[in-house]
Amino acid sequence: MFGFVLRRTGAGLLLVLVISFVTYLLLSLPDNDVARTLLGPDAPAELVEATNAELGVDRPVLAQYADWLSHAVRGDLGTSWFTSESVGTAIAARLPVTLSLMLGVTLLTALVAFALGVWAGVRRGAADRLVQVLGVLGYALPGFLVTLVIVLVFAVRLGWFPAIGYIPITDSVGGWLSTVTLPIVSLSIGAVAGTSQQVRSAVIEVLRQDYVRTLRSRGLPTRSILFKHVLRNASAPALTVLGMQFVGLLGGAVLVEQIFGLPGLGSMAVAYTTRGDIPVIMGLLMVTVAGVVLINLAVDVAIGVLNPKARRA
Amino acid sequence: MRRFLRNPLGVLSALVLLLVIGAALAAPLLTDVRPDAAALRDAFGAPTDGHPLGFDSAGRDIFARLVHGARNTLGGAVLALAVAVALGIPAGLIAGYAGRWFDAVAGWLVNLVMALPAMIVLLASRAVLGPTVWALMIILGVLAAPSFFRLVRGIVVNVRGELYLDAARVAGLPAWRIITRHVLTVVRAPIIIQLALVAGVALGLQAGLEFIGVGSSGSLPTWGAMLNEGFQYVQRAPRLMLWPGLALGLTSAALVLLAAALRDALEDRATDPKPVRKTIGVRPARLDGKPERAALLSVRSLAVSYRLPDGTEREVVHDVDLDVEPGRIVGLVGESGSGKTQTAFSILGILPEGGRVSGGSITINGPSGSTEVVGLSTRDWRKLRSTVVSYVPQEPMSNLDPSFTIGSQLIEPIRVATGVSRAAARQRALDLLRAVEIRDPERVLRSYPHQISGGMAQRVLIAAAMAGDPRLLIADEPTTALDVTVQAEILALLRRLQRERGLGVLLVTHNLGVVADLCDSVAVMRQGRVVEAGPVAEVLGAPRHDYTRSLVEAVLDELPLRESR
Repeated sequence: MFGFVLRRTGAGLLLVLVISFVTYLLLSLPDNDVARTLLGPDAPAELVEATNAELGVDRPVLAQYADWLSHAVRGDLGTSWFTSESVGTAIAARLPVTLSLMLGVTLLTALVAFALGVWAGVRRGAADRLVQVLGVLGYALPGFLVTLVIVLVFAVRLGWFPAIGYIPITDSVGGWLSTVTLPIVSLSIGAVAGTSQQVRSAVIEVLRQDYVRTLRSRGLPTRSILFKHVLRNASAPALTVLGMQFVGLLGGAVLVEQIFGLPGLGSMAVAYTTRGDIPVIMGLLMVTVAGVVLINLAVDVAIGVLNPKARRA
Repeated sequence: MRRFLRNPLGVLSALVLLLVIGAALAAPLLTDVRPDAAALRDAFGAPTDGHPLGFDSAGRDIFARLVHGARNTLGGAVLALAVAVALGIPAGLIAGYAGRWFDAVAGWLVNLVMALPAMIVLLASRAVLGPTVWALMIILGVLAAPSFFRLVRGIVVNVRGELYLDAARVAGLPAWRIITRHVLTVVRAPIIIQLALVAGVALGLQAGLEFIGVGSSGSLPTWGAMLNEGFQYVQRAPRLMLWPGLALGLTSAALVLLAAALRDALEDRATDPKPVRKTIGVRPARLDGKPERAALLSVRSLAVSYRLPDGTEREVVHDVDLDVEPGRIVGLVGESGSGKTQTAFSILGILPEGGRVSGGSITINGPSGSTEVVGLSTRDWRKLRSTVVSYVPQEPMSNLDPSFTIGSQLIEPIRVATGVSRAAARQRALDLLRAVEIRDPERVLRSYPHQISGGMAQRVLIAAAMAGDPRLLIADEPTTALDVTVQAEILALLRRLQRERGLGVLLVTHNLGVVADLCDSVAVMRQGRVVEAGPVAEVLGAPRHDYTRSLVEAVLDELPLRESR
């Protein structure tokens, strides 16, 4: 098990490294006269040159990358071109918002998707068809459109939740809940649609296995067979899909944070990209990619724990 | 195609898509109002003649913006789709067909791209490239290419192993001919389905980018931009969001529903069987004129039926009579499909989904007297299993749960059957493993199924069957899946346990040698019926039925062969 985790961690680190290199090259491609943009067209040429030198953008790209990397591994992601704020600090300030969103979505999705999937897979018939129709609908509609409808109904028409704004959990738990409930629910709909289908087919597949029949012949209670044996064997493929949803959820978070005015990484990405603040964009990309790699690692480890055979792979 | 036309949802989706595409193409013909012609006095104006949907916040005609927006919105999605297809499909074909280094490199790149959050990458690209929606759509295409790559590669790898490809290769066809002629026909249907799905995703992402205002610059009309403008006035005029929202929602839904309908039509998926009406009962057993019922297991006029997709039932086991006395071994022989396993499953109450006992009577004699098990409740069934009747399956590996250790799979049924503590159950599990002649029971207890051999696994399953000290053992071809040397050991073990514990055994097998070796009496099944039954010496020595005779002769034919080996 230890070797398995080590191998996966190594592969993940390599992936992050390669992505950082390629993105750095691509982000540096256009001959971006940063200082000119910063200082305006009237600034004297000497000042522009001095500023470019100060920012380090006059050096060869490879040297810039080596410099960036040597700082990044020590946790220093550089400084914003426009606000001269530390990229790491700026991200750290907004990370909790997005993280709490993601955590809420993952928990809600796992709970609802497993309940629906097991229900459909065990009961079949009408329950099954209902879950499948819900799945197609949840998949068919673009997430942000569903979010807009939710805002329109629950915030604008019914006024149950604020349409916009964020209250940190440290200020007020109730206030926090009122600001994150709608975002979490809107993000979960698509994820539930995808994951519940996977849980359903995995449960049906496991129920057909020989060992389930043999367990029944041993006189085990149906509940124990279902919740111990079927659920454990069905959860590996379901977890894989849940992990894959995470990448899509990050994109969804960008839109949802924008709609609800949440000060998270997503709205930060929108704000800084329109200005072309490359160090911030680079930092954001690396943090999100690292998040994706971490989630995939966690899923791999969880599957390894659940399914002893997978540890050898 | 005809299948597809029968699906109303699919046809409706196709019509919606055709309508939207038609409107996008014919936009200049549908309205002569320019989409960016603004007149502030018309702002938030209601529909008037020539302006069927009214005006937006800047006094621009909503209908004109909607149909012109369709061009930009759909155009963006089509561009992304084209890039994804152009990259993903050829790469998938080559990686799947040729494999080797290309497959390895492409596979690694695909993993890399799939770790990238599309939305963040698009935002970053926007920072570098500026507000050009078409460039962003090309990047989205690159990000979507892995879904085509993985789909095509997976199918091609499967197809490559098929015989007709080998034949084509032997016939000397060049690789590109093989790919275009054989491989492309197989991947066509899944690609069409994937096209519709990815188009839906691309549409959603494109509209999302436009919605947060990072896609295009200026007043290029798109559905996403219209939604954004509408959202800014959500309190004042929510209806501004209605038309672009409806257009986007309907188009996306139509794409996914079209994909689902195409999948049903192209992949020929079986529809769920209609449920059988509950009123169908169990035909009672005919008992008159039949021998006295045996003291341990007695089956009379057993019928087993399976549900068919059209809602009717088909009987696969007809009028089977069978008796097992305590301490006796009865063989149930027949070729595969003769109904012998269905009979065994009926006795254990573990027929698969869709199957049921549709007639007859099965009585099993436990410590608390004789029980009729046909129509027994799940709860009462559970009390009988393991403590009275027990099961040894055919294929040892697939009958152990791969996720749990042998120990937990032994201890669980012991505790259910006897209600003892975990420690006592563990002790009993060790004793049982010793009883089935496993040398290192402590190690086996800690092992997972994939860590032990097939013969060992079958011993474990036999031990598990003994967990509740049963009186009747149903063994379904217990040696068929094992090596010849292991077969003899397992049979010897079964015989020893049977003698020591005085078990009655119903041994399902297709091997007459095993029957002659082990059984006291035998029943021969063919096409769901018992054609001959009686003491082994009688049935095998002087078979009355032609089928039994042919079975016996087949074994005799084999004998000299075996000796000469």
